Amino acid sequence: MTQFLLPALGGAFLALSAVLLMASLGRIAGISGIVGGLLPPKPAAGDEAAWRYAFIVGLLLGPVVLQLVTGANGIGAPAASLPAMVASGLLVGIGTALGSGCTSGHGICGLPRLSVRSFVAVGTFMATGALTVFVTHHLL
Amino acid sequence: MARILAALAAGILFGLGLALGGMTDPAVVLGFLDIAGAWNPSLAFVMGAGVVITFFGYRLTMARGRPLLAPNFQLPTRKDIDPALVGGAAIFGVGWGLAGYCPGAAVSSAVSGSLDVFALLAAMLVGMAIVRFARR
Repeated sequence: MTQFLLPALGGAFLALSAVLLMASLGRIAGISGIVGGLLPPKPAAGDEAAWRYAFIVGLLLGPVVLQLVTGANGIGAPAASLPAMVASGLLVGIGTALGSGCTSGHGICGLPRLSVRSFVAVGTFMATGALTVFVTHHLL
Repeated sequence: MARILAALAAGILFGLGLALGGMTDPAVVLGFLDIAGAWNPSLAFVMGAGVVITFFGYRLTMARGRPLLAPNFQLPTRKDIDPALVGGAAIFGVGWGLAGYCPGAAVSSAVSGSLDVFALLAAMLVGMAIVRFARR
């Protein structure tokens, strides 16, 4: 039971974050969009950059707060080799920028808005993610 | 200042949610994607709770007509399914399945100081910037 209660509680916190950001700044809590907006060639400036940096600082503080409250920060050790980590990062960066979103923007925020684009994106990245794990864990 | 604090609070809640939900543990994420192996369904509960609560939260929020600290809601308006959306999502999924980090988890996990996570994060920023330059 608790095995599913904690994940559901985690999901509830993600939802609280998404609703808070929408209710206050009117923005989608899409991490790839928030981070990507700070990058060249046209990085956000002024207040538009400041709230994005504040959100990112918060993302870093989340596990620290969890550590203070529960004694564990929830961060697991990397499971992939360094070259795989770099390849993964490149693909995640290119893919989320091309596809206009990731698990947060399309998943937590897009699905509740009943966005067709988000349903297609989530179905697609879940499928290729599962396929990739099948290949790396069961075929290679 | 209120806008900065709101964004900071939202970021903390998001980082807490990721860490509590297991999204910052690659073993949990890869276990969820490993349908043919010892499948770990926990991320379905993260996503399920997150989507259902946001559905009702967004409705309440939108009913107010405008955000508290901004003139209007900035929502995506596109409805077309184009190759960039499908291709991009497909590429993201492959990257997600390779190491088990979505963008939020990559940022939050960096607080552990892991050099491997820094490498993934740096590569992710490069990937995002490449697309932004290509689209300029």
